[in-house]
Amino acid sequence: MTKQTAPTPPLAVHDLTLDISTPQGKVRILEDVAFEVRPGEIVGIVGESGSGKSMTALSVLRILPAGARIVGGRIEFEGVDLATLSSGRMRRIRGRRIAMVFQDHMTTLDPVISIGAQIEEAYRIHHPRVPRAKAREKMVETLELVGVPDAADRSKQYPHQWSGGMRQRAVIAMALINDPDLIIADEPTTALDVTIQAEILAVLRELRDRRSLAIMLITHDMGVIADMADRIVVMKEGKVVEMAEAHALFSSPEHPYTRKLLDAVPQPSDATPERGRVEEAEPAALQVSDLVVEYHRSWRRQGVRAVDGVSFSVPAGQVLGLVGESGSGKSTIGKAIVGLAPITAGSIRVGDVELKALRGGQARAARERFGMVFQDPASSLNPRMTIGECIAEPLVAHRRTMSRTARHARVVELLEQVQLPAAWTTRFPHELSGGQRQRVGIARALALDPELLIADEPTSALDVSVQAAVLEVFQDLQQRLGFSCLFISHDLAVVELLSENVVVLQQGQIVEEGNARSVLNDPQTEYARRLVDAAPFPDPARQRARHVTRITNV
Amino acid sequence: MTDHGHSPASTVDVAPTSQESSPDKLAWRRFLKNPVAVIGVLALLITVLASVLAPVISPYPPNAIDLGNVRQPPSADHLLGTDSTGRDVFSRLLAGGQISLMVGFLAALMAVAIGTLAGVVAGWFGGIVDGIISRIIDIMLSVPAVLVIIVLAGVIGPSVPMLVVVIAGLAWPTPARIARGVVLSLREEEFVQAARALGSRTGFIIFRHLVPGVLPPIVVSATLLVAEAVLLESSLSFLGAGVQPPESSWGNMLNEAQSLTVLSSMPWLWVPAGLMIAVTVLSAMAVGDGVRDAIDPRKNN
Repeated sequence: MTKQTAPTPPLAVHDLTLDISTPQGKVRILEDVAFEVRPGEIVGIVGESGSGKSMTALSVLRILPAGARIVGGRIEFEGVDLATLSSGRMRRIRGRRIAMVFQDHMTTLDPVISIGAQIEEAYRIHHPRVPRAKAREKMVETLELVGVPDAADRSKQYPHQWSGGMRQRAVIAMALINDPDLIIADEPTTALDVTIQAEILAVLRELRDRRSLAIMLITHDMGVIADMADRIVVMKEGKVVEMAEAHALFSSPEHPYTRKLLDAVPQPSDATPERGRVEEAEPAALQVSDLVVEYHRSWRRQGVRAVDGVSFSVPAGQVLGLVGESGSGKSTIGKAIVGLAPITAGSIRVGDVELKALRGGQARAARERFGMVFQDPASSLNPRMTIGECIAEPLVAHRRTMSRTARHARVVELLEQVQLPAAWTTRFPHELSGGQRQRVGIARALALDPELLIADEPTSALDVSVQAAVLEVFQDLQQRLGFSCLFISHDLAVVELLSENVVVLQQGQIVEEGNARSVLNDPQTEYARRLVDAAPFPDPARQRARHVTRITNV
Repeated sequence: MTDHGHSPASTVDVAPTSQESSPDKLAWRRFLKNPVAVIGVLALLITVLASVLAPVISPYPPNAIDLGNVRQPPSADHLLGTDSTGRDVFSRLLAGGQISLMVGFLAALMAVAIGTLAGVVAGWFGGIVDGIISRIIDIMLSVPAVLVIIVLAGVIGPSVPMLVVVIAGLAWPTPARIARGVVLSLREEEFVQAARALGSRTGFIIFRHLVPGVLPPIVVSATLLVAEAVLLESSLSFLGAGVQPPESSWGNMLNEAQSLTVLSSMPWLWVPAGLMIAVTVLSAMAVGDGVRDAIDPRKNN
């Protein structure tokens, strides 16, 4: 299957410059972007959101959004300039020679067409005269290649019947079916759990090795980049700021921006402030015992059990990490505490209040004792309310006698605590960046000086460098204000950075718990070990060593 | 908090550039930037003012019959001519405006208020509340409006308040359905979940989170309702179940245009009334679009 290595790189981008026209005039999105991808090579493009990395990918395939125009430079693909190619010839390259793997496996697949038919379609577009049976054979073969078991039968199923990781394999199969020379993967694993991510990355690596495929991998995750890339292109504000071999980049980054990106990654090894353990005598801020949460339960049918007999406690003034994959029930526990999920059995005590017994107004009043920070600040703040109104909402709900001026004073104080300018009270959420919005979310959660804060993946929607800043604000506040916190996350490094103790969940049950550092460095159970192993390290050498020991699923 | 002046976080923060201004002022500025909406407001203002000031500016009493001057074309004496009983068309247009505008706007406003509330309540509470409200909506939508009004007019007797109430009573299901649909998706939004999680009262959630989110599509449907109400008033008056002669409304002025001769050779009898209906409806729609964009803070740039 190995191709002859072409003398020229399949893809060479020279001085690519791209403008987008907006009502306010032209905006330069890319400026003089240059890099190349050789056969059998994985080139990683990293950068924060807005750095132009996705636009670079879209330019190569010429599927740019309306208003965007390539104004300079060349995109050479096997000697042809894609930037000036006619749209007819471009169409023959797209999908056939260069294929794309998109980020979101939920929206990339059509929910009403069977997966097999969708993959076959990708083939038949470029091979119109091939008989159906042949196309089908090719489809099954490709699905097997990306590690789908029982491909012939399962391909008759529809996307909702496949899991996220399987769907992403289908998307990769769709890109592969025409034997392209170059695959552009735009954040191919961002929507997946770490363990699934590890499998998908292994699939891509395998393909590269077996078919000497060239892969252009776009991601914001330094761990994934360290895991995969041979060479790395670092982008910032539409420009390439650094380009180097993976080893060189990670061991001696030259550009200050690259250093900043690398420093922002939470490092599992040199974190964990070793604090003196608080005596057990102190009353727990949060006590969860034998908690069961079931959805859709009615008198005629058994509900779906999201949480199944979970017990843990958060000592006053401490941070407890709650880790697990999606579907492990970790978010459901947070929701049950704040009253967004039903407590089917067991108990939740905050301080000395039993939440399960509370109804109506009492339950509402109890909520002033804890604050919640949500995952996505873009959707957890009402776009029609000003920042000031958002932060004041808990005050309006629980401090009815508070005067308008006192409320404003408190909002200003909170804004200062999360290090945002006090004058921003009249701004709207969309005028803020993601990190700033999440600080507003934290300010809102702290408005009533809660004893307990529940943070549900508060930084997973943010860029790494922004995440670092937000975590720092969070840590600083936690130490100064001394609230207890239940920190829910899938990111083990973040949890280790913040919390003394950690609870690992799988399918609604606790599989392991204990000191964060020891659980993450020396997991006792198989599941916890898988979780720890799957999280890629931002260090290519270490990552490569782990590949050898890891059993790939392909 | 001064010791946090040069925190690590400050490297990421770049202050937004727009100058300080209150949200209301910004909304007003967004509205003024839309020329069509501004023209709409001006046109509506002039229409309303002219109708309100009708007794002062009317050259003749609107119901004064002058059988010596029947169906006169426009002249210096009668700006828009006279109708088949010699009444001054211009004076009747002004007087008719009072009734048509009142019926149109009041009915639309009532329908929107009832509909929004019913829809939001149905969407928010769900379950049996939603079931009951939704079935009522279905029933209302299946009732033939014109027939109901004719029956009611026969039973209670035709009057302007009756028209307003009945039109509103029949029109509210449309905004209610829209509001319900929007609330069904809004209630799953994280900011609404956040409001519940932090303990906000139901009333606060409905009026601060849900209603503002529901308003944009509702405003658009409200402008359509104004149009519908004005036209419904016209057709009811035409059928004799609406505004009773000799009182004038734009709708019953169109009654004059029943014969082909009038249509083809005496346009002054029907063009002014038709034009006023069209101008009112178009202005209301333009204003509605402007308001919808103005109340969305994301439309700033």
